[in-house]
Amino acid sequence: MQRTVFLAITLALATGLTAVTAAPVNYKLPDEVAAFKAGPNLEVVQGNCSACHSADYIKTQPPMKDKKGFWQAEVTKMIKVYGAPIDDADVGKIVDYLAATY
Amino acid sequence: MFDRRDLLKGAGFTALAATLNSSKALALDTVTLPFANGERPLVKYPQKRPMIGLTSRPPQLETPFAIFNDGPITPNNAFFVRYHLSDLPYNLDPDKFTLEVKGKVDKPLKLSLKDIRKMKATEIVAVNQCSGNSRGFFEPRVAGGQLANGAMGCARWRGVPLKAVLDMAGVQAGAKQVTFGGMDGPVSDKTPDFVKALDLDHASDGEVMLAYGMNGEDLPFLNGFPLRLIVPGYYGTYWVKHLNEITVVDNVYDGFWMKSAYRIPDTPNNSVEPGTAPKATIPINRFTIRSFITSVPDGAKLKAGRTTLRGIAFDGGKGIKQVEISTDGGKTWTSAKLGKELGKYSFREWMLPVKLASGQVELKVRATGNGGETQPDTPRWNPAGYLRNVVETVRVTVA
Repeated sequence: MQRTVFLAITLALATGLTAVTAAPVNYKLPDEVAAFKAGPNLEVVQGNCSACHSADYIKTQPPMKDKKGFWQAEVTKMIKVYGAPIDDADVGKIVDYLAATY
Repeated sequence: MFDRRDLLKGAGFTALAATLNSSKALALDTVTLPFANGERPLVKYPQKRPMIGLTSRPPQLETPFAIFNDGPITPNNAFFVRYHLSDLPYNLDPDKFTLEVKGKVDKPLKLSLKDIRKMKATEIVAVNQCSGNSRGFFEPRVAGGQLANGAMGCARWRGVPLKAVLDMAGVQAGAKQVTFGGMDGPVSDKTPDFVKALDLDHASDGEVMLAYGMNGEDLPFLNGFPLRLIVPGYYGTYWVKHLNEITVVDNVYDGFWMKSAYRIPDTPNNSVEPGTAPKATIPINRFTIRSFITSVPDGAKLKAGRTTLRGIAFDGGKGIKQVEISTDGGKTWTSAKLGKELGKYSFREWMLPVKLASGQVELKVRATGNGGETQPDTPRWNPAGYLRNVVETVRVTVA
């Protein structure tokens, strides 16, 4: 681990200091590895949720007693508050997947 | 007895400690935060050391807690990262960067980074803490980013007072608030862009600052390069990153991120009965007072006898008056010695030599601010999982 930390610091020094006079930042994120768990209507979930955020947003939510109520509220928030363009027909499928899978 | 390097190497990560004998690569893979569904990958981003990965798009990174034992300043490459919206300015050109100052001003401005760096610089040491820091410990649990205690950090920020820029632009009579927008934005134009507001008096108090420097370097990209707002004593939601738009307005700004999000109950202690909703809310504002033991992780095994405990404390800007430690589960308390004060908005180090008897021991830490406020023995609760500041307990086995 120590070597990793040392490497990390070296990288940070190499990339972090010259920015003001240099070229555009061109910041490269690591590959996105989080994936949705297998479950019913997975493709509907991938198609709707992945446009704005990675799957770990869902995976890291706490285990709730009322899973269906919790996920229904989350999907409703995504639509009403954040403007997610989710078809009415897909809402139930997404909620069912989330409640059954997470 | 507690070698800082040993702590850095692994004591802070429960999962790391548990898997150290399997393989080094595997050991770096995951961390288990101490609440249900707390397993997280340990991830490596450019300009950052291995961090606890909360989400990857947009990126959200939590600081491994052991780092807070290294001193009152959090290194740039360990500083936490929080975004709301996924369209980040990954290719921004600092030479073309422009900060626009507009609205109810006599002289609208367009300032380059060079213009800002030519102005008289100031520095302040200040804690930035995510509103949702420690949300994962809420009981009952609440939706949102499930963080342990690592969404905070303390840095020396360098830049110019916001007041100097507002004075240059000439704020007009009747102005009420100042709003702040950054270059990051939503993927969909239906999603409200992230814009925050401060009252004009607050914005022009001389402490609120536009920072380009952090601990002697440029801001790391994920911490808001090339310019961010610094709002000392206030939660991180106001510390707008990649800041490029300042607007003086003559009303109380009612955009989503002020009017609907980041609200706390308008009640005493800003808390409500767990599991209930508040009748009225106000925008989140100053930090509650907090303190932590950093030298001993929860679940550690210690030798009986003398040892020195250490840690940090901070509050919303009155400054830390006292830190007390209990080694008997809260029955008796002893004042710790406070470290050097780096400013009233900074982490304040503390240390205390103690003598530990064998058995299961609950170590507790409690700070009191210069205004007299202190930390509660039982957690306060609000539906968004903000403001956590219960007295922290570290359980250790002494033998």
